[in-house]
Amino acid sequence: MTPEIAFLPGWLVQHAPPLLVVTPLIAGVIAAVLPSARASWGIVLAITFFAAAMASFIAMQVMEVGVWSYALGSWAPPLGIEYRIDGLNAGMLLLVAVIGFLCAIYAPASVEAEVAPENRSAFYGAFLICFAGLLGVAITGDAFNVFVFLEISSISTYALVAMGAGRDRRALTASYNYLIMGTIGATFFVIGVGFLYMATGTLNMADIADRLQGLEGDRTVQAGFAFIVVGLGLKLAMYPLHSWLPNAYSYAPTLVTAFLAATATKVAFYTLIRFVFGVFDPGFGFAGLSMIWLIAPLAAAGMVVASFQAVFQSDVRRLFAYSSVAQVGYMLLGVGLGTAAGMSASFLHLFNHALMKGTVFLALGAMWLGFGVTRITDLRGMGRTMPYTSAAFVIGGLSLVGVPGTAGFVSKWALLVACLDRGWWWAVLALGAASVLAFFYVGRVLEMMYLREPPQHDGHAVTRSPAPLAALAPMWILAAANLVFGIWADIPVRLANAAAAAVLGSAP
Amino acid sequence: MGWTPELGLVLTLVLPLVGALGILALAGKPNLREGATLAAAIALLANVIPLVIMVGDGARPELMITEIAPGLDLTLRLEPLGALFAVTASALWILNSLFAIGYMRGNAEHNQTRFYFFLAVAISATMGVAVSGNMLTLFVFYEALTLSTYPLVSHKGDENARRGARIYLMILLITSLALLLPAVVGTYAVAGSTEFVQGGLLAGAGVGGATIGILLVLYAFGAAKAALMPVHSWLPNAMVAPTPVSAFLHAVAVVKAGVFTMLKVVVYLFGPSIVSGHPAANAIAMVAAVSIVLASVIALTKNNLKARLAFSTVSQLSYVTLGAMLATPAALAGAAFQIVMHAFAKITLFMCAGAFYTATHYNDVSDTRGFGRKMPFLFGAFFVAALSITGLPPVGGMWAKLFLSAGAAEAGAWWALLALILSSLLNVGYLIVIPVRAFFASGEKAAASTATAPPLTILPPVLTATIALVLFFLAGPIYDYVAPVFGGVE
Repeated sequence: MTPEIAFLPGWLVQHAPPLLVVTPLIAGVIAAVLPSARASWGIVLAITFFAAAMASFIAMQVMEVGVWSYALGSWAPPLGIEYRIDGLNAGMLLLVAVIGFLCAIYAPASVEAEVAPENRSAFYGAFLICFAGLLGVAITGDAFNVFVFLEISSISTYALVAMGAGRDRRALTASYNYLIMGTIGATFFVIGVGFLYMATGTLNMADIADRLQGLEGDRTVQAGFAFIVVGLGLKLAMYPLHSWLPNAYSYAPTLVTAFLAATATKVAFYTLIRFVFGVFDPGFGFAGLSMIWLIAPLAAAGMVVASFQAVFQSDVRRLFAYSSVAQVGYMLLGVGLGTAAGMSASFLHLFNHALMKGTVFLALGAMWLGFGVTRITDLRGMGRTMPYTSAAFVIGGLSLVGVPGTAGFVSKWALLVACLDRGWWWAVLALGAASVLAFFYVGRVLEMMYLREPPQHDGHAVTRSPAPLAALAPMWILAAANLVFGIWADIPVRLANAAAAAVLGSAP
Repeated sequence: MGWTPELGLVLTLVLPLVGALGILALAGKPNLREGATLAAAIALLANVIPLVIMVGDGARPELMITEIAPGLDLTLRLEPLGALFAVTASALWILNSLFAIGYMRGNAEHNQTRFYFFLAVAISATMGVAVSGNMLTLFVFYEALTLSTYPLVSHKGDENARRGARIYLMILLITSLALLLPAVVGTYAVAGSTEFVQGGLLAGAGVGGATIGILLVLYAFGAAKAALMPVHSWLPNAMVAPTPVSAFLHAVAVVKAGVFTMLKVVVYLFGPSIVSGHPAANAIAMVAAVSIVLASVIALTKNNLKARLAFSTVSQLSYVTLGAMLATPAALAGAAFQIVMHAFAKITLFMCAGAFYTATHYNDVSDTRGFGRKMPFLFGAFFVAALSITGLPPVGGMWAKLFLSAGAAEAGAWWALLALILSSLLNVGYLIVIPVRAFFASGEKAAASTATAPPLTILPPVLTATIALVLFFLAGPIYDYVAPVFGGVE
């Protein structure tokens, strides 16, 4: 279907969607059993690069033709499983794949410091499987298939978080908590899908959407909706279902934190949008009302409360974990607005938040690698001892606050405009409060890094020890992206608008 | 490729940055490094002057830098108010740099390279504020100015400086995130752009009264650099900085960026026709009047020279806000005059204070008794500047007060008139007495002192005081220069 990409073999072009998911899945298994961790990493690097390339190709293709539907095993939908890529999930695939690749570059530095030698191959395997699961969730057009991939990614995530035990035993309980909460979420979700199946007799999402027409008053459908929203709300850490997140982010290996913060909640968020707007009709009274009366107020509450909690954390990774909960609130607020402008702002923020949190967590990871510290007070003088890492952190932090010239400003602006369009002054107020709080929690860390003297060790000030290039390169790529997309936001804005159009357009 | 007005606009931003890079590159060689500062400052003024002349002839050079996203563009456009601000700031950068060299060397301050570097970056941001073509661009440079001046305020690096700098950053950033940004976004939401339009963007868009009120309040307190009470407290706290920074912040860059924003917002975003007489504007004007008097009273109680000058600044800045909110032609002209006149007078006062400190290491007002005869030029300059602040002839400050009073009368705001008179009396009480006592009273410290200030700290304040005198005779041309801005009022 794409003769102009002549340098790629025909089968590769034709079967790009399933290959994007299946390759990392199979490679994950291979990587897990290899005796050499180095070799496993080689596989991870190659596969994530391959996936990033495939995802870019798919995204370009979708930009041209609109929707790309691929029937798995040539079983025509709605009976067979359909992979369906439109303006919305093309961007998600690209985001996940590129972040995955950047994390893969950083991986050995983190793994060698944090994961026990006998677990390293398994770690790389789990990483790839998680990666495959996230891509699978984003790409599939089948409701049950979403559940399967969601569980593939979640279960491997539990393993990844638990591997932080090499550094801090609390990773085990964090992972266990996450497992319980995640499983409840998954169960709710699959029950919801079951209800939908009961009501419509199909699992293909587009098909469900068609058959739901006229079923607005159906109790089964309404129950299904409630289960799905709560289930996904758990997965994406919607306030107040976020309790698993701070611990999981704080005790996981640094690489995992960066990867999860930039991708996992984003994918769950995408799924929520897909279901609420793609499968259910936002015109349905209960769906629309739940946006205005449930999602938006919870989003605003989450923004303010979680930001407030972030201010008082003493562990820096925990601080930014709470900040992530707050930022999920920003995205949900955009969705809660229910307008095209709000949706677009929400996607824009999703993308930008991946950039800023990726930068921040990679920088914090590098600081842990350098000095083994995660307490805020231990970061003093970091501006002098790790100048490049700290500078990247500053960019990510300012972007998080929403200082003009950074990507964070653009999405905050879009969100504010969308709120004002709707006349939601209270939401503007909440956004303002959250920004101020963000300034406080970022400022606290920055002050420690730049205005305090480096700590003493055996009577000498700790010396400079810049992070390895493998940590600096991906961190700086993301940091630079924060600046570039803060000044030339044309591309992300267009992608976000396309995504919003795809979402709101696909609802009949 | 010759010089074009568009290139000139870009150069106003780029020249200080080039200077900053030069400063970094010459870090090890102090004389060359200071040479880089001065060269950049002179080049900047040479670049600004032709632009100012063009604008006087009616040109409005414009250039779009980039479009962040559709409808969100960073645009530069020069108009008379901005031109006036730009030429004031760039002229004072030269004099302030001379003074800074004398001061920093005289006091053997540490980290001088960092100091000159951020000073140059901050000038670039100030120029950006002056030449912004829309509110979004102005906001971007406004924030850049906040961030780039933070290392200057915390320059000393001790606990006290850190605390002062933290308050400085906190108040400025919080107000701009929580008030100014929503105001800018709100403007965009109701008017569809943030462009500065002759006669007022919102006036042209026919926006309702309540929305105007909310936005006005957000702008008035969001632009905390204008130090309207109660968001003024960053300013006295910023006094922990070295004196050249205080001179720079309080006369040239930060506070002027604040009141300039205020003026610009009223004139070009709202339009004087809808601000004048609006209840919210009246309320803000009353707050400004209270700030004027209250800050003067507080200044009276301060014995630390820099603290007294800081509160005097709070008071003087509110003159501009008052003029902007009354929004009659004379009041607006008075506000524009005040920006320029106060800049020259206040920088003189701070430089005098700095020179006095460099020579004697005394900080307090009471220490100055009797020093007038030992340092006649220094306290002579101080006297001229104090006259200007008070609004007495033959110094430029008089015109600002005169136009403002006329504007208050025009608007029928008797309370504003009262505040202006009261403040001038207080000025005599807290400012003019200082040089008078220095010359005519005798002090033990002065009698015992043999200190002399370095020439490089005396010359700049004398020059700025002279300019303040000259400005008295230039009122006509300046008025003609800014008059077209207010032409669309009636």
